[in-house]
Amino acid sequence: MSVIYVLLAISITVAIIFFAAFVLSVKKGQYDDAYTPSVRMLFEDELVKESSSDNNQNKSQTD
Amino acid sequence: MMATKCFHCGDNCDAAKVDFDDKSFCCQGCKTVYEIFSSNDLGHYYDIEAAAGTTPIEILGKYDYLDNVAIVERLLEFNEDDHQVVNFQIPSMHCSSCIWVLENLNKLHPAVQNAQVDFPKKTVRISFSATEFNLKELVILLAKIGYEPSISLNDYSKKSTVVDRSLLYKLGVAGFAFGNVMLLSFPEYFEVQEYWLDQYKFVFRWLMFTFSLPVVFYAGRDYFISAYKGLNSKILNIDVPIALGILTLFVRSTYDIVFNLGSGFFDSLTGLVFFLLVGRFFQQKTYSYLSFERDYKSYFPIGVTKLEADTKETSIPIYEVKPGDRLLIRNQEILPVDSILISGSAQMDYSFVTGEAALVQKFSGDKLFAGGKQQGGLLEVEVLKTVPQSYLTQLWSNAAFNNSKASTFQTITDGVSKRFTIAVLTIAIIATAFWLVVDPSKSLNVFTAVLIIACPCAIALAAPFTLGNMLRIFGKHKFYVKDTNTIERMAQIDTAIFDKTGTLTSTFENTIYYEGMELTDEEASLLKNTLRASSHPLSRSLYQILESHQISTLDSFEEQTGMGIEGVIDKRSIKVGSANFVGEQNPHRAEETSVYISANENVKGRFVFKNKYRQGIGQLFNRLAKRVSLIILSGDNSGEQRALEQLFSFKMPMCFNQRPEDKLAFVKALQEKNKKVMMIGDGLNDAGALAQSDVGIAVSENINVFSPACDAIMDAAKLQNLDGFLKLSAHSITIIKVSFLLSLCYNFIGLYFAVTGQLQPVIAAILMPLSSISVVVFTTVATNFLEKRLKK
Repeated sequence: MSVIYVLLAISITVAIIFFAAFVLSVKKGQYDDAYTPSVRMLFEDELVKESSSDNNQNKSQTD
Repeated sequence: MMATKCFHCGDNCDAAKVDFDDKSFCCQGCKTVYEIFSSNDLGHYYDIEAAAGTTPIEILGKYDYLDNVAIVERLLEFNEDDHQVVNFQIPSMHCSSCIWVLENLNKLHPAVQNAQVDFPKKTVRISFSATEFNLKELVILLAKIGYEPSISLNDYSKKSTVVDRSLLYKLGVAGFAFGNVMLLSFPEYFEVQEYWLDQYKFVFRWLMFTFSLPVVFYAGRDYFISAYKGLNSKILNIDVPIALGILTLFVRSTYDIVFNLGSGFFDSLTGLVFFLLVGRFFQQKTYSYLSFERDYKSYFPIGVTKLEADTKETSIPIYEVKPGDRLLIRNQEILPVDSILISGSAQMDYSFVTGEAALVQKFSGDKLFAGGKQQGGLLEVEVLKTVPQSYLTQLWSNAAFNNSKASTFQTITDGVSKRFTIAVLTIAIIATAFWLVVDPSKSLNVFTAVLIIACPCAIALAAPFTLGNMLRIFGKHKFYVKDTNTIERMAQIDTAIFDKTGTLTSTFENTIYYEGMELTDEEASLLKNTLRASSHPLSRSLYQILESHQISTLDSFEEQTGMGIEGVIDKRSIKVGSANFVGEQNPHRAEETSVYISANENVKGRFVFKNKYRQGIGQLFNRLAKRVSLIILSGDNSGEQRALEQLFSFKMPMCFNQRPEDKLAFVKALQEKNKKVMMIGDGLNDAGALAQSDVGIAVSENINVFSPACDAIMDAAKLQNLDGFLKLSAHSITIIKVSFLLSLCYNFIGLYFAVTGQLQPVIAAILMPLSSISVVVFTTVATNFLEKRLKK
């Protein structure tokens, strides 16, 4: 048994894994809206920061 | 003087400026939204994008129909126990701040569990808990912060839209196979006569065969289906030579590897299908937030207020309205059915439905047609007909609405493909016949090689890339075209028909001028104060333009419905209203909208209201006239004819008092004379003509609100560029023709190898992508170059 079969099997398996990942992501609707996530991604940090600082403020106000 | 900009929406603050929290707002509505946001930790809204907001509209009573369980049930996407999900279209969504605030809706109301925005579609999906919240409250909350969802009759018959993602799957399959086959075929490109390669080449070949199976039978399936359909209706469309090419590639390659004649053309085969699908993907650009298929249903409300016998108000779905029912129509509401006015002062705005510019005054007992928008107080009406039987809605039963323009139109690609297919088949047969005589063993090889190399991949890509790119360029200039087929049809237009009201004139702006004796300061002040007390739309717009005077209290004020108003201070009186009301003996032509003024019973003069023509209309017509013949088709009366004639320097046919079906018939008559007609309109009264014409363009002040079914939607401000768009469409066709020549050059080179029997897989694998890529590069560069001309 030559090593070439092993190599081919590995290369094709890897390719099929990526292909399956692509199909799965299309199926889940990840390609339906390609714009909003790019904007949403930028919000999240700011949100966390803001809400935590707000919580502090609220606490100090209640104190 | 620098105008202060509203902190919330960025509009100029005028007299109604509100100061709050050290910030200026243009109106109370904007201030309220700011208050809501800042008191709920949502002040960050203004950090993402400055002045991002939209002014909320008045909502009093507007959403009462959401109390009706049947309507709510129709709108909800998911409803079980406590959990409800709804998907709203929000036309006013326009920036990243909007996304942020809508997705943080739970900060405004804890019952909201999740909100997810799809910005390209301008929709938001909200799930909320039904025990603490209901749909009506949710809609009111959204409207309050300036994000009013659009709910129309169209949502009532909601079909579950299945998203078609098959093209993406096919593209994935073809790309996956193409990449792998390319890798596997590399060793044989160099024909290394090695023991190692000889030993394993069968593994490589059969692997390539396996990879090509899903490409031929799944990814390339559409080409076979389309070719079969074409042949069935005796049309040689572009998919016929493509399908032939794919089939030949597959059969010949399989034959080659079975009998160990060579490595086959699997690389070219998978590459071909992949490139073709990329072209298709590129062409499939859509404006997902715009709809080109709308009919009256998107304009009509979903529910109305019905008056029961005991004067109790209930909301019912529109389809449940029966003749004889009593309905209540509020200010700014649309009358959904033909009916008789029972009580109230009807000021119907029919401009969208019939093209009449002026408000139509109706009295008790008059018949009201569906589609009018009430401007003024409450109306009570009795229903005469149901929705589908009303006068306006019957227009949609015309056959013009069922014809698909794209399916009957022969594209430039299909036109070429017919000659191309015949030529290729002729060459293949002649070459085969030649080799049958000279060397019969090579004849089959040559026959298949010709079909393979002549596969019109580049030709098939020329139109999608040129027109797809043009579609994007048009979109950037606020001209939204439905599909690439429409651009091809635009290139052939020789007649352009314009609607007047709302298309040539602006919906929002009026010009008002005064005719008659000059008013004294005292009278002017009295007039202004009298107008201030009236809610009639004409009074409101007149009030806006008059200089401000000291505000003084009227001693008496009287409004006679449908006639006019009278105000008195210190025994000086002023009357504003119809000619009859003020005592004018010789009223002017009735076609013009005018308001007469009299002071102390002496007629002073009148204010004339005129629609303002959009900027640059005259110049546009003068430029267009060199290219196409122009016609104006208006549903309005001929009062504006003279004003129109002054706009341009040539004689132009104009027809007035055209009903919607007249417009449709007019277009049809022109088409029967072999004219290629473009219709430019805006309202429901143009819907028939838009559907019948070769290219129907809807002009809209705000592309997010309703526009009738059409082939393209144009931002009203860009109307003066229309000739530029037409020119560009014609140039696109030239680009496509040049690309055809370019790809034919490659075909000739390939045919030389094929006919002489020297076609190696590696040559096919080089030529095919090369020709496709050069066509793509050429069309992209050429269209982008043309775009620069549009800006000038």
